Parts: sequence; C-alpha cells; structure tokens
Amino acid sequence: MAGVLKAKHQRLVLLSLALVVLLAAGLLAAWALRNQASYFYVPSEIIAAPPEPDRAVRLGGMVENGSLRTAADGVTIMFAVQDGKARVPVTFKGIVPSLFVEGSGVVAEGRMRADGTFIADNLLAKHDENYVPREMQDMTMEQAEKVVRETK
Amino acid sequence: MIAELGLAALWLAAALAGLQLVAGSLGLTARGASLAAAVRPVAVMQGALGLLSFACLVYVFSVTDLSVKLIALNSHSMKPLVFKVAGSWGNHEGSMLLWVTVMGLAGGFMALVEKRLPERTMLATLAGQAFVSLGFYAFLLFASNPFERLSPAPAEGNGLNPLLQDLGLAFHPPTLYLGYVGLSIAFSFAIGAMVTREVGPAFAKAMRPWVLGAWIFLTIGITAGSYWAYYELGWGGWWFWDPVENASLMPWLAATALLHSAGVLAARNALRAWTVMLGVVAFSMSMIGTFLVRSGILTSVHAFAVDPQRGTFILVLLAIYIGGALTLFGLRASTVTEGERFAPISREGALVFNNVMLSAILGIVLFGTLYPLVAEAMGAKVSVGPPYFNPMGALFTVPMLVVLAVGPLLRWRRDSFSRVGRRLVLPGMLVLAGAMALLLMGGIALLPFLGLALSVGLAVATLLPLQNRNLRRTPLAVWGMVIAHFGVAVSLFGMSSESAFSVEKLVAARPGDVTQVGPWAVKLDAVEPVAGPNWTALEARLLVRYGDDGKVMRLQPQSRSFWAPPQQTSESALLTRWNGQLYAVLGGEAPGAKAAGLGRADSRWQLRLWWKPFAPLIWIGGLLIALGGLLALIGRVAADLRRIVAKDKIVYRRERQGR
Repeated sequence: MAGVLKAKHQRLVLLSLALVVLLAAGLLAAWALRNQASYFYVPSEIIAAPPEPDRAVRLGGMVENGSLRTAADGVTIMFAVQDGKARVPVTFKGIVPSLFVEGSGVVAEGRMRADGTFIADNLLAKHDENYVPREMQDMTMEQAEKVVRETK
Repeated sequence: MIAELGLAALWLAAALAGLQLVAGSLGLTARGASLAAAVRPVAVMQGALGLLSFACLVYVFSVTDLSVKLIALNSHSMKPLVFKVAGSWGNHEGSMLLWVTVMGLAGGFMALVEKRLPERTMLATLAGQAFVSLGFYAFLLFASNPFERLSPAPAEGNGLNPLLQDLGLAFHPPTLYLGYVGLSIAFSFAIGAMVTREVGPAFAKAMRPWVLGAWIFLTIGITAGSYWAYYELGWGGWWFWDPVENASLMPWLAATALLHSAGVLAARNALRAWTVMLGVVAFSMSMIGTFLVRSGILTSVHAFAVDPQRGTFILVLLAIYIGGALTLFGLRASTVTEGERFAPISREGALVFNNVMLSAILGIVLFGTLYPLVAEAMGAKVSVGPPYFNPMGALFTVPMLVVLAVGPLLRWRRDSFSRVGRRLVLPGMLVLAGAMALLLMGGIALLPFLGLALSVGLAVATLLPLQNRNLRRTPLAVWGMVIAHFGVAVSLFGMSSESAFSVEKLVAARPGDVTQVGPWAVKLDAVEPVAGPNWTALEARLLVRYGDDGKVMRLQPQSRSFWAPPQQTSESALLTRWNGQLYAVLGGEAPGAKAAGLGRADSRWQLRLWWKPFAPLIWIGGLLIALGGLLALIGRVAADLRRIVAKDKIVYRRERQGR
C-alpha cells in the first residue's frame, strides 16, 4: 500500500490520522469533563438546587457548633455544615483530619442523597497556611469571619 | 557571607548565560565566527557557577543561618541535618535554584561531551539552552531571590511542613527536576536543529541519550513520588490525579513519545517534523507543570508558594518560550523534508500508533488539569478527579498496550500479521483465559478487569523479542526495551490488582480487639506515647498474623504531632509480603468513650487497615521501566564510545603511516 502512495501523501495521511485522533480525544475530554467534573457548593446553594444523587460534588462551609456526634461504631461521624443561611447534615465514615473541629471550615467530597443528607467520602480541613482547599481560601476571606461570629 | 557569595555566583552565571546566548547566535554568522570557540567553555563555566551557588544555599541551610529570609521561613535549628539539607530545595526559591543549577550543569555537560553534531547545530543548541536559562535566572534574581537577608534575624525558624519531613523528599524533587530540566536539552536540540535545518538521524542519535536520561529520572521521580504519597499521606492511594502529579506525568508522556519517535528517526530517518515537535512539546509540558506548581494557581499538597506575581512571571516566560518555539516550528516545519516511507503494518506504524495514543493521553490529562482554571474563569468552581481521568485515560491506554504487545515483534518498513501472528497465540490465549477466570470470579470493575486480563498476556508478549536470540549477544538496548515493556506489564498488574482486590477496614478498637482484614488478623495490643527530635506521637502496637497459622509480626503506625509548625501527620506502617502489602494507619482516640462515662482503659482507637494484594508491583514495575531505560542508555553510550575509539585508532594509524 505504501508503495502506491507517494511520499507526500503518506505524510498527509499520517498527519490527518493523528489530527483526527487528537481531535477525538479533545472532544471526548470536553464531553467527559462536562459530565464528570465535580462542582463546589455551599449549603444554601445545595439546598436550593440539589445535584443528582449519583453525582460527585464538593460541599464547603463551617462545621456547626454542637452538631458533631459520633456513632456507636466509633468511626462514623455526623455533623452539620452551614454557611449562615442554610445547614446540611453530613455523614462521614473514616479518620477525620486533625484540624477538623467544630466551628472551623471544611470541604466535604461526596454525594447529596435524596433525603437531604450529604454522604462524604473525604473531608478536607484547613491543614495549614500552605494547604488550603481552594474553595475554602475564598470562603475564609468572604464569609468565614461572619459565620464564625454567628455560630459562636 | 556565604549567602552573598551564592548570590554573586548566581549573577555571574546569569551573565555567562547571556554571553553564551550572544556568542552562540553570533557564532552562526560569518562575521561572528571567531566567537564560536567561546561558547562551550562559557557553558561549562555557567554550570560550575550554578553549582557553586546551590552549594552555598545548601551550606547556609545546613548551618541554619537564620539571617537569610528563606531559612527563617522554612527551616528550624532543631531539625535533623538531612532534613535541613533537603529543606534547601523543599521550598519555592530553593527548588527554582535547583532547577537553574541542573539546567546549567546539563548544558555544561552537553558542551563538554557532545561532539557528533555539526558545530553550527551545537552552537544553535547551546544558544537555545542559554536563552531558556536566562528566563529562569531572571525569575530567580528578580522575583524569588533565595539569598535575601532578613534583619534583624529571628531567634528561631518557622520549620518545614512536616509532611515534607521525610526521606522521600530528599530524593523525589531532585530526581524529577533532573528529568524536567533534562528535557530542556531535547528542547534546545530541537531548536538548534530547526535553526540550522539539520533534522535527521544524526540529530536523533545525538538527542536520544539526553532524552533517555531525562526520561529515566522522570520515571524514577514519578515512581518515588507515588510511593511517597502512598505511605506518607496515609490515604492508602497511590495516585490522586492531583495537579502536581499530573504536572510530572505530562512531561513523562511527552518524553515517552519523543523517545519512541526519536528511535524511528535515528533508525529509519522517518517522522522528522513530528520528532522535532515532540522535543518542543516535552519541555513545554515541564514548564507548564512548573507554572502550575509554582504559581500556586492550583492548590494542592505540593503548592507551597501562592504568589500571583510569580505566577505571572512564569506565565510570561511560558508564553515566550513555548510561543517562540512553536512559531519557529511553524516557520521551519515546511522545510523539514519528508522522511522515509513505511507500510502501516510495520515497526514504524506501531510506533506512530504509540505516539498518537500517548499524545491523546497527554491531551486528556492536560485538559483535565487545566479545566478547573477555565471553569473558574467562567465563574464555576469545579474539581476534576478519577471519574474523569481513569476511563478517559484507559480509552487510549488499552489500545496502546495491545499494540505494545505486537509492535516490538514487527520488522521495520513492512511486515504482515501472518508472520508474527503465531508467536502471539500464547499471549492471546493467556489474555482470554485471564478474562474468563476473572469473569467467573465476578464483582470486578471494568478497568481493573481489563488491566488484569491484559497484563498477564502483555508480560509474556513483551518477552517475545528475546525468543530465538542468543541472549549473550543481544544488544543492551534490546534488553532495555524488553525490560521496560515488561515493567509496564508488571506495573499494570499491580495497579489493577490493587484496585480490584483491596480490602479496607475502618474500626474503633479497644486494646485487645482483633480485626480481620482479608487474610490478616490484626490485634491492637497497646497505644503508647513516643517522642522524636521535633515531634511527639502516639504509637499503636499491632500484632498481625497472616492466615490461621502465620507468624505473629508487629506493626507500629504512629499519629505524630509536630510543634514547628504545629501540625499532625499520620505515619502509616507497612508490612510487605510477596503477594501484597498490609497497610495500617492510626487515627485518633474515638470520641464518645469519655462522654459515655468509660474509663481510659476502655478508650477506643480508630484504626484504618488495608490489605492490598500485589500493590508493591506498581512501583517495582516503575523501577523496571527505569532500569530498562538505563540499560538502553548504557548500550547506546557504549556503542558511541566504541565508535569514537575506533575512529581515533584509524586516525592514529594513518598518522603513523605518515599519510
């Protein structure tokens, strides 16, 4: 087959094949990103417009004072995340980050169940100045102080 | 004093880089030809000065000179010496200094030893290298001076992020940097070749060892980084698709593609423009990675510098270098003449497939990494994680792996499946048998299923090129290829097995409680306080037993509290067997026990336990890949040396014969 093709043609064929594959990769990526990117919500937003129950999202806010409870198994915790306007109950099974305490900021990764409980697979707490989940960085600027004052 | 010496050396090195750029460019013209002789010595000197500057930084770190701002911010007199030294590159300024140092050293080394290319191409290459270095010198000197003094000097430093206080840190960033910056040489070679229009097998042969070297370091760096994240973060995962991990993966993908296309160019004089393009792309990916990490635009575990000004600086550098190189490519691509032809079913065809697939994966990773930035610019906050990367990456990885089984068996130029078909029967059967066995087992997700089924057949297929060969006479480069490809199969098996068969247990245990994790029985014996040089910790003593009659062994995970800066980390404990790894993390005291009125003896401790079958193969495979690269590199360099020695001998004999 290559014997028939002229040199110029082979180059063209290769180039167009590569372009087609890369374009396809790009389009697929764009499509998948629309579906798979997990969006960030604060409690008032997630209550106003809850995402589908099977969709991975992130929920950020303040851990409400006095809401933290541990289940009998010792590893499941329940708490509420709030942003001053609304509160969302969260369930998490696992070892919590050391800086996760009531009244501090948290970002929970997980899913919103239809009954209004957020099931977290992972918790990000404010680790130190150098590692702050991006959403929380803004939050501490905009809302945190107000929220902390309200919850105290 | 030493700090000033380091700064002076840095300025001098920058000045020499400027001289190298000017002399190299003028040396290309007829009138400036006399300057050409200066370029190589200048490049060597620039590398030496960079090294001196970096040595000064390491020295001030090792004596904890707190009047230097960087040290006050990042070090602490109580730290063990090895972490003081490692701390010198565990921060933004120091790591950038390491970057330019490595770049200078690589340039100097290239100036010393590279004699195969036409001198004009070398001049253009070294000038290109100097041009790239200059930007980073400017960045260091104007936007992130590591030697800045602080007055008055504080009594004590801030300390280093405890997560980074680990031996893994001592090796992980420097190896990655050697890889990133090694690719700058490929970039410079590509520029040199484009400027002088010398794109051919000689260019590919000269470039290949450098790409190989950089690629080996990248492979080791990524493998080590993955293992570091695995045992240090205590999350039990080995790859998080964190932007910084992606930043190291993207240059690796590009370098892997470049390595294979340079092979085609060197052996068959085909894929010329494509190879040059990849040379540009590979280093561009390194720079994009650096930009993502250093600008702090994507926050992650690694992003210790959050400074928009620096981000802008790097972004401008990126625009200049990538934009400039792509423009040059656009101008010169049409003058790169067509290479040799080949049939679709041939070694070249398989390598083209590999290249396109690798580029597609690169595109997928790049899109996913940058998407949150784009989305945020449009007002939505998103994060992109495994649900995107895993399936999308697999979509292109799986076909590539299938071709990987076949490609090395094909001949150059033209071949047919009927010739190689018979040899592939055994691997094919293995894949089918594996798939059936897994189907019978059931309950395995699609991706681990594909990976497991493929990996066994792939492992056998990658060894086939050694079949019917005299193993003693097989060139090292072939051994290298076989071992690297075998490493891919090994790593794939480890990854798939880890995802398919991992068992996780999360419990709150009282001392004396026994927990079953897969085949292991784990008994919490006691929890006791221990102390280290700059931390205190709670240490759990776990007595573990494999199966019903295994020997009882100890595991001691810790939960550490550092005081400078105050932070808690969990030190996981690992127990490795031939068939997998037991992974234990100690959490805190389970809350609620006191509230329920129970005494201290009854307190419960959170334990997180994993049994990860064949997980260590992930990193063993990674190291095999690097080892394969190393063998190939040794083989190539040895062959070059032999050729040089032979040439010298011929010259010597001729001289003796008076000709």
